[in-house]
Amino acid sequence: MPPPLLEVKEVTKSFGGVTALSDGRFKLERGTVHALCGGNGAGKSTFLSIVMGIQPRDSGSILRDGAEVTFRTPGQALAAGISIIEQELSPVPAMTVAENIYLGREPLAVFGRVDFRTMNANAQALLDELHFGIDARTVMMDLSVAELQLVEIAKALSYDAEIIIMDEPTSALGEAEADQLFAAIATLKAQGKGIVYVSHRLSEIFEIADSYTVFRDGAYVGSGAISDVTREALIQMIVGRPLTEEFVKENVPGTDQALSVRGLNSLNHVKDVSFDVHRGEILAVFGLMGSGRSEIFERLFGLVEDMGGEIALDGKPIRVSSPAQAIDHGLAFVTEDRKGSGLVLSASVRANICMAQLAELGFGPVMSPQREGKAARDMIDKFRIKTATDLLDVAGLSGGNQQKVVLGKWFLTEPKVLLLDEPTRGVDVGAKREIYRVMSDFAAAGGAVVMVSSETDEVLGMADRAIVMRDGTISGELSRAELSADRLVHLAA
Amino acid sequence: MEAKQTAPAQAAQAQDAWKQQLAAYGQKYGILIALVLICLVLAVVNEHFLSTRNILNVLRQTSINGILAIGMTFVILTRGIDLSVGSVVALAGIVAASLATTSSTAMVAGGPYPALLAIAIGLSVGMACGAVSGVVVARFAVPAFVATLGMLSAARGLTLLYGDGRPVPALTPEFRWIGTGEVFGIPMPVILFAVVFLVAWWVLNSTRFGRHVYAAGGNPHAAEVSGINVKRIRLMVYVISGALAGLAGMMLAARTGSALPQAGIAYELDAIAAVVIGGTSLAGGVGRVTGTVIGALLIGVVNNGLDLMGVESYYQQVIKGVLIVAAVMLDQARHRRE
Repeated sequence: MPPPLLEVKEVTKSFGGVTALSDGRFKLERGTVHALCGGNGAGKSTFLSIVMGIQPRDSGSILRDGAEVTFRTPGQALAAGISIIEQELSPVPAMTVAENIYLGREPLAVFGRVDFRTMNANAQALLDELHFGIDARTVMMDLSVAELQLVEIAKALSYDAEIIIMDEPTSALGEAEADQLFAAIATLKAQGKGIVYVSHRLSEIFEIADSYTVFRDGAYVGSGAISDVTREALIQMIVGRPLTEEFVKENVPGTDQALSVRGLNSLNHVKDVSFDVHRGEILAVFGLMGSGRSEIFERLFGLVEDMGGEIALDGKPIRVSSPAQAIDHGLAFVTEDRKGSGLVLSASVRANICMAQLAELGFGPVMSPQREGKAARDMIDKFRIKTATDLLDVAGLSGGNQQKVVLGKWFLTEPKVLLLDEPTRGVDVGAKREIYRVMSDFAAAGGAVVMVSSETDEVLGMADRAIVMRDGTISGELSRAELSADRLVHLAA
Repeated sequence: MEAKQTAPAQAAQAQDAWKQQLAAYGQKYGILIALVLICLVLAVVNEHFLSTRNILNVLRQTSINGILAIGMTFVILTRGIDLSVGSVVALAGIVAASLATTSSTAMVAGGPYPALLAIAIGLSVGMACGAVSGVVVARFAVPAFVATLGMLSAARGLTLLYGDGRPVPALTPEFRWIGTGEVFGIPMPVILFAVVFLVAWWVLNSTRFGRHVYAAGGNPHAAEVSGINVKRIRLMVYVISGALAGLAGMMLAARTGSALPQAGIAYELDAIAAVVIGGTSLAGGVGRVTGTVIGALLIGVVNNGLDLMGVESYYQQVIKGVLIVAAVMLDQARHRRE
């Protein structure tokens, strides 16, 4: 049996006396997809940065094809055939696919001129070999997120990478786009490459991975073949305690109408959308990216221009032309992009929690730090946000805790209707469950929840009813009894 | 064996923690420490530096740039920049002066008017300039750099048109009081600087508007979703900057006794320098008006110290340049560490 492509033994790393990784172990075989699992703070990022030569290890060893190696820079790791596709891609948007793939090592013709003909031909050959269906001369900014990732994969292979690390590659993809990525992964596997796959989405791991390794609190917990482990057992390894249920659902839909929408249109791709949500109900909105699913929320929250349609809350018609009005009416909007539109990362936990409720936390135009502090601490307690004080910058918190800060901001406004756009994206399994608990409790107390989700599991687990969006309109509605992954995907595509 | 390893490890850890603590203090209070150190050196080198007269002199010389820099802080906190303040200094100065002059050739018909009226008009001119820049930035989404570059040119042109390119001399003693007057021995410009600082500090730290400024600068999208009227905040900060530029322009005219059409040229650069040295991030959302005031004082003290030591003014510009870049390099080093 040949030695594994990559074997990592008992690697440790600490920062200024704080141990980030106390026992990193990992073994990647040729032609396999190996899932690296763990909650936020499990040590995955530290582990990957050591493997990639971004940070030096304190002790332990790394073997590449059985030979001991030490990488001091990412360039050395790349030269040894190890490539990483980061969660946040950083293409040069105004350059072509070929230029991005060969960035910094462009084939040259006479007088140092770039040989575009050769470069384009090489890039196209690479893309075709992988069946990506991308033209090498396309400008990067015209590609979708999924296509950008495919280009990254092609780039990795252009370096003759044998090991490709993918860090949360589907976090910005819809289901159909993810399938495109999975097909590419299958191609790589058939070519004998090894793929390290990092994801919080368990259903994906069970779909594409051959084996798994779990880290928790900076240490190796266990590994094995995916076929030998159940979903429940894997979750238990990741969170370190038995989870009775992955989802929490204790709400019972009522009959009183909370939010009612009729004939909604907007500039941003929403066409004649009508639906109702009742008190105590969780309504899921399912759809692919660009189907208009998130755009409904933007319109309901007054972020885009009103192009007709009626909105009623508790049976009374309302007008919403700005977020401030939406908030006054009792709507709350947890956006999809936590860093882009959910949080002010440069501000404190307190400032973020109080941001949508400032008018109520002072005397006229003058703020009351006492009231702000109390409000922030109340929400920190309510959502069990892990932070030393409410005055700490929110940027230092983990993804799950940041999401809870966003929830805290909106619960402080005592909303009647919660609009949640991908509420558990980039959040680890433990924090996910806490967020489901919050949704369930809110609905059980008589609130109404509208949740956009592209994860079918989440829709099946949490929704009382689902509407499916396609091309800006509703293509179908499913009751909880009718809900199935097949039907959702069928209606969306 | 284990104990042997842990004891030095702990010692190293403690030392690490101590070093980090020191570095953190150094970065947090770096500019203040630099200011104090420079003052100490100057006090030792030159016996006149610490005299009451010289200290008041430094404060008076710093007051105009300090007031402009405070306005600039509001703008930069929202990710903007106001390049027009130097021109607004001249325009507001000359308009107010034309209402408060005894010179029959430069006087507005029916003058001289009461100083308070002239000051109110001067402030209004500044606010109007700021409002125009603000609307162009907030409503028409023109980059602040471009919008205020336009205002820099336009306001200077209006100044020359208004005064026909000539200075407005012979200002009334009442009007001149804001530049030359004293209360309990403290020059009026210093008092105005202190008042502007205290009000700005209070607004940024204690009012809802202040919270909105930090949020709109830190992440305009998140601020908008949270119900904050980001466009209104953007407009307001330029109005504030314009008003303070108007005040500074009148103080300048009052101090020198006449309003010059070429007054305030390149003042925006010193104001931006003070803000940047004071640790406010050009990326928005992070910064304090206290830092800005310390930054302005640092520039003032360095200029004064070099004057006292008889260093040529050309060198002063070089040193100021080094100071600006060094301050930002320190700031960047901190961000990298975080």
